[in-house]
Amino acid sequence: MLGRLSWAAIPFDVPVVMIAAGSVGFVIVCVLALVTVKGWWPYLWREWITSVDHKRIGVMYIILALLMLVRGFSDALLMRSQLALAAGHAQGYLPPEHYDQIFSAHGTIMIFFVAMPFIVGLMNFVLPLQLGVRDVAFPVLNSVSFWLTAAGVLLVNMSLVIGEFARTGWLAYPPLSEVAYSPGVGVDYYLWSLQISGLGTLLSGINLTTTILKLRAPGMGYSRMPIFCWTALASNLLIVASFPILTATFAMLLLDRYCDFHFFTNEFGGNPMMYINLIWSWGHPEVYILILPAFGVFSEVVATFSGKPLFGRRSMVVATMAICVLSFMVWLHHFFTMGAGADVNGFFGIMTMIIAVPTGVKIFNWLFTLYGGRIRFTVPVYWAIGFMVTFVIGGMTGVLMAIPPADFVLHNSLFLIAHFHNVAIGGVVFGVMAGISYWFPKAFGFTLNERLGKAVFWCWFIGFYLAFMPLYALGLMGATRRMQHYSDTHWQPFMLVALAGAVLILLGIVLTGVQLAVSIRQRERHRDMTGDPWNGRTLEWSTPSPPPPWNFSLLPQVRRPDAFWGMKQQPNPAQQRTSHRTYETIHIPRNNAAGFYLACFAVLLGFSLIWRIWWGAGLGILGAIAVGLVQAWRTDGEIAMSAEQVMAFDRLHGAKEPAA
Amino acid sequence: MSATEQALVNSDTVPLSLRGPAATRVVAGYGFWLFLLSDIVIFAALFAAYAVLSGETAWGPTGVALFDKKHVLIETACLLTSSVTCGFGSLAVQSADRSSTYFWMAITFILGASFLSLEVTEFRHMLAIGARPSRSAFLSAFFTLVGTHGLHVSIGLAWLVVMLLQVATLGFQPMVSRRFFCFGLFWHALDIVWIGVFTIVYLGAH
Amino acid sequence: MNTQTEAQGQSPGANIHTHGTRQSYLIGLGYAVVLTLASFWASSTDVIYAHGVPILLGVLAIAQMGVHLVFFLHISSAPDQTNNILALALGIFVVGLIVFGSMIIVAHLNHNMMPMDRLLQIQR
Repeated sequence: MLGRLSWAAIPFDVPVVMIAAGSVGFVIVCVLALVTVKGWWPYLWREWITSVDHKRIGVMYIILALLMLVRGFSDALLMRSQLALAAGHAQGYLPPEHYDQIFSAHGTIMIFFVAMPFIVGLMNFVLPLQLGVRDVAFPVLNSVSFWLTAAGVLLVNMSLVIGEFARTGWLAYPPLSEVAYSPGVGVDYYLWSLQISGLGTLLSGINLTTTILKLRAPGMGYSRMPIFCWTALASNLLIVASFPILTATFAMLLLDRYCDFHFFTNEFGGNPMMYINLIWSWGHPEVYILILPAFGVFSEVVATFSGKPLFGRRSMVVATMAICVLSFMVWLHHFFTMGAGADVNGFFGIMTMIIAVPTGVKIFNWLFTLYGGRIRFTVPVYWAIGFMVTFVIGGMTGVLMAIPPADFVLHNSLFLIAHFHNVAIGGVVFGVMAGISYWFPKAFGFTLNERLGKAVFWCWFIGFYLAFMPLYALGLMGATRRMQHYSDTHWQPFMLVALAGAVLILLGIVLTGVQLAVSIRQRERHRDMTGDPWNGRTLEWSTPSPPPPWNFSLLPQVRRPDAFWGMKQQPNPAQQRTSHRTYETIHIPRNNAAGFYLACFAVLLGFSLIWRIWWGAGLGILGAIAVGLVQAWRTDGEIAMSAEQVMAFDRLHGAKEPAA
Repeated sequence: MSATEQALVNSDTVPLSLRGPAATRVVAGYGFWLFLLSDIVIFAALFAAYAVLSGETAWGPTGVALFDKKHVLIETACLLTSSVTCGFGSLAVQSADRSSTYFWMAITFILGASFLSLEVTEFRHMLAIGARPSRSAFLSAFFTLVGTHGLHVSIGLAWLVVMLLQVATLGFQPMVSRRFFCFGLFWHALDIVWIGVFTIVYLGAH
Repeated sequence: MNTQTEAQGQSPGANIHTHGTRQSYLIGLGYAVVLTLASFWASSTDVIYAHGVPILLGVLAIAQMGVHLVFFLHISSAPDQTNNILALALGIFVVGLIVFGSMIIVAHLNHNMMPMDRLLQIQR
């Protein structure tokens, strides 16, 4: 009746899990109770859950990512503290079978449910505003994408309490991930939650690529498009071209596990090396999907706060698209040691070194933008400069490992771990933090507290170096990754320093929460009245903060790159922008619950498949189809805002637009 | 946008990339085109797996022993013809000709269903003689690649039925017309994938 | 969010000139039938050098895919089709990399590494 599900699935005998689950459960219940008592459900349903507005969806992605950052980081603290203790004869407090689940969950959550939602959320919020249009190409699909990601999050977190998680690392290599060696539900949780959220990501990639290529303000040719939009284009093209590989590879592993197929098994002709080959042909583009928009954020931030246009604009675009193409040609560097031989290894080693070149071009462009500018050292600029130092170090260790003989020594050592955290934290996290502090006033109408923002930066920056520089040393000394215990006690001091770094980063995360609370309390003092708190250069700063649902009452006419800056240089900018123009009716997409309901059925489907509850899976599929059919017959998808209503809004928000 | 701006932006001297947001039909079509490309990449991964594993028969049945080329030729004829009838159906949709739409799309459905039934027959025969996917990596790859294509065809047929119901209940409004257009893209793309399948899997068997 | 602007490019498969496309489908069918029959013939005949058959099959398949793209999906080199061509090019590039890249890499791996069943035999 309930497949393999029984009370035995809940680990009552593991105190760590029970306490964690209990606390989280308690917090969730409190939050739900608060919302109910205060009567906020109609507001939440109407304004957020069923919203198809890219700005709301972008914010929800970021909130989701922040919550999962806490979960993923807890895993990191567990690992760091275990390793600080488990030297020589000491065994630490986490047995291997738990430690394995922790590092697998840490990687899976950080990549798929922290980094991806952060990046997708930023792109969602910013792109239509920078492109000068009203929303993305497919607003309802956008909501579907978000809720499918949330469904994946729910499934992964359920694995903590009901059942177990994979013990295979974040990429679940076979044969370990096959049924013969992982007979439990852990790998199934991993696979189904990622298939569901992966579908959401793919749909997002299609949505945003179409938006950038087909929906831009009049006059915004490709050469006038902001650099963030170019990097977002490259990133979303990579999503469209690479995520299907992940889907197909996971599908093959699922067939192996559920239907006794032999793609990657040890016997009957299966080839586990093929899995590693395919998964990394997704995996390498994935890391560029994450880093390219972060590069875009830095381009915007550096130009704005230097008061100068970005140096070498055209070379920036060429470098971005070069990285996009090259990122497909380096994937074997993730498995130099698997045995393809010197010729193949040599090719991919050279390609990996080549891909460092366009990134170097970008670094120089940012430096030359800063040089000679009147730099304002705001929080986003702190993150940008911190990034430039940190990412360059991480990139250099990457190029070091691009040489196959060096990689043979360093593969799967702590040196590798230090390298990818170096570029992921120094690049992606710092980029996201810069983006959040940069665009927060646009989203919410008030700026964040600067002093606390700088404190957060220093905690992350110093904490990162304390946490990961020792790991470079340890890697060179022979320490491997994913180890729960080590016998050489000389390594322990390094592990202790790393733990101290992790604690400092924890302080940074806590201070982020404090910064949010304090800024909300101080919001009237820091209201953004003009919509342009930073003297920005691109079109999002020409809207009120927060922008109305339709973003622009009149679509801007773009005549040059840094379009808003150009408009501000004109005498009588407001009149210049909008003279001879009349207000028209604007059609806004209506709210739609399809995304939310689809995700509910996706959770039912995923959970049922994991536990082999076949009737539940059938219900999930039927429900999803039903939601699709209801949506197909929906004809009232839009609300019309009359010209008078739009004009009234504009008058209320000051003289940015003239009266008709 | 005002009428003057409209005229300016629509004039042939203005390059396409500067004309502002595209019409819904173009946006939907391009989005679906991208989706199709992502689907083709899924097939690429399955083709790659097939290419790598096609020799791994684990001393079991091989492709040469199992495949019947005449059967495949008939399947190909069905699918190829259905692509053309789908094209005629698309023309009928563009001219909002209801009876012509029903006629040509019904023929497309019948041809697609014939393709599927031929494929199911082949699979059932293979399963009956013990050439199961769990027998070897080659068979796993074969059933997955060809089966995924067949699954797409099945989804296409279901979608076609829904589209015909939409025409019956909603008429040829822009939303319906856009979706028929996307269906056409889907159906033609499936035929393109089939070219790869019959060439690499069936004709390439050795 | 409907603005009344003109189409920014044509979608693949769209063709503003509706007359004459019935012809294009039939011409496409004609070419496709010829290419299909040629493929089936090539795979079962002795007339062609054995090692050249896979290459011939590949050429015929690519040609037929091209026929489908041009006559059924109406891809062309018109300026409003540029985005579609670029997306198609990216798709072909990625497909080629995945299929041929995997084949080359796994061929090298298989050559260098012991098969799994043998490895297991040794371990037992």
